[in-house]
This record gives sequence, structure tokens and C-alpha cells, in this order.
Amino acid sequence: MSDTDISLPGPTTPPPLRRLATRLFTTLLLFWLMLNGSLSPATLVTGVIVAGLIAMVFARDLSFLSGFNLTPAGIGAAFLFIGYFLKELVKANLALARLVLTPSLPIAPAIVKVRTKLTDPVGRLLLANAITLTPGTLTCEIKGDHLYIHWVVAKDTDHEVATQEIVAGFEHYLEKMYG
Amino acid sequence: MILSGFLDTLGALVLLGGTLFLALGGLGLVRMPDVYNRIQAGTKATTLGTLLVLLGAALISPAWSVKLLLIMLFLMFTNPLSSQVLARAAHRAGVAPVASKDALADDAEDLA
Repeated sequence: MSDTDISLPGPTTPPPLRRLATRLFTTLLLFWLMLNGSLSPATLVTGVIVAGLIAMVFARDLSFLSGFNLTPAGIGAAFLFIGYFLKELVKANLALARLVLTPSLPIAPAIVKVRTKLTDPVGRLLLANAITLTPGTLTCEIKGDHLYIHWVVAKDTDHEVATQEIVAGFEHYLEKMYG
Repeated sequence: MILSGFLDTLGALVLLGGTLFLALGGLGLVRMPDVYNRIQAGTKATTLGTLLVLLGAALISPAWSVKLLLIMLFLMFTNPLSSQVLARAAHRAGVAPVASKDALADDAEDLA
């Protein structure tokens, strides 16, 4: 494999700390309000104070939120991603149901290697998770740009074909979200 | 009154659908030949099965829906993650998969 010529692009200029803190604060406050399910002054004040403190202290360390492309295009892609993901999840379950209910258990497992173009760690996490929850595929290992995927009914063990078959659908959306 | 009766029935049906997928996942665990295939059967069925159960609960008690939505979100992140970690641990521990090709074993020396 010609792995040597594929190097990870180095981290670009880090996003400003203030933006990281704002994102962290908003996310934390949103979760807090959803968990409480109320907008009473006491809940709001507690949430703002605690989320503010955490955002001030940990903005740099919890920067996993920073990669998201917070633009209309990125948010639109996120919604399309969720829709596509749910569709694939249902398909995966129906395929699995058919498989386990067939007396002969027609499986042809293989572990294949695929490549991703995504560089953002959260983008990759979402890709690996999405792959695991969709028809017959399970991410086993991630190394550099490559994902090793266990495939219950492997159509083709070739690197390029498998990449196209497994990764391309999700990557299309994730590239816009974490581009 | 009519609406809540309708939501109750719909919720019960969705709950039933969820348990059906969970049962199929259980069957998959029994039937699949090796650890990796079992993880596959387990992960997908438990994720959709649990999502449907939570959705059914949200239809029956709409007041819980925001919290249930949060649980669904956490579930969708953590469920596949734990499966991936289990699969990786199994492979690193040397459990050979029933497979026509094992790219991970082929590249083992690069990954060490």
C-alpha cells in the first residue's frame, strides 16, 4: 500500500479561544436546560454560572466542538446526515433480521481496509460510529487515514471498492460538516 | 382524549417494534459464528430496538420527550463506540475472525 504519501495535514491555525469558549458554553447550557426541562430563573442562573465557569476553565481542553463548520451549509448537511443515518440504521436492522432468520445463515465475513478523507477527530468519530450502525459493517481499528472494518456480507475485499461502498455515503455529508 | 388514546396506541406499537428488533438481536447473538459477527448483530439491533422503545415511551408520555431525546443521543454515541472497542480488543487479544480476508491481520506489523 502506498501509505507513505498520505500525510495528515498539520493542525491549521487554532481557532480563537473566545469562539471555543462560546461554543462550549452554548452546548453545556443547552444540555443543562434539556435535562432539567424547565426555564425557571433558578435553573437558568445555575446553568449560566456553571456553564460559564466550565467554558472559561476548559475551553482549550474540550475543543472537540471546535471543528464543526457552523454555517448554514454545515448545519444543513448535519440534518441530511441524521436523515441518511436513520435510513441506513433501519436498513441495517432489516438486513440483519433477514440474515438471522434465514436458516442457512448466508454470511461472508471479511475485515477490509478503507480510507477516509476526513481529518477532524470528531468527524472521524462520527464516521466510525455511523459505519458501525449501518448494514453489516463494524469499525474495528482506526489508524491514520485508514479504518479497518468487519463486514458481515463482504461484496468485495478490494480497498477502493470497499471505500466507495462503505465510506462514501457518510463522508459526503461529514465533509461539509467538518470540512 | 381521542388524541391521547391514539398516541398511547401508537406508542405501544412502536414499543412492540423495538422489542421485536431486540429479540432478533438476541437471536443473532446465538446464531452468529464468531465474536465479530455477534457484536454486529448485537450493536445494530440494540441501538434501533432501544431507540424505538424510547420513542414509544415518548409517545405515551410526551412530557418526557426532551429527556428521552437526550438519552437517544447519548445512546447513539456510546453504543457503537463500545462495540468498536470490544471488537478492537478482541482482535488485539488474537481472536481470529471467521473471514475470507483479514486486512487487519495483514497489516498487523504496521499497527504495532
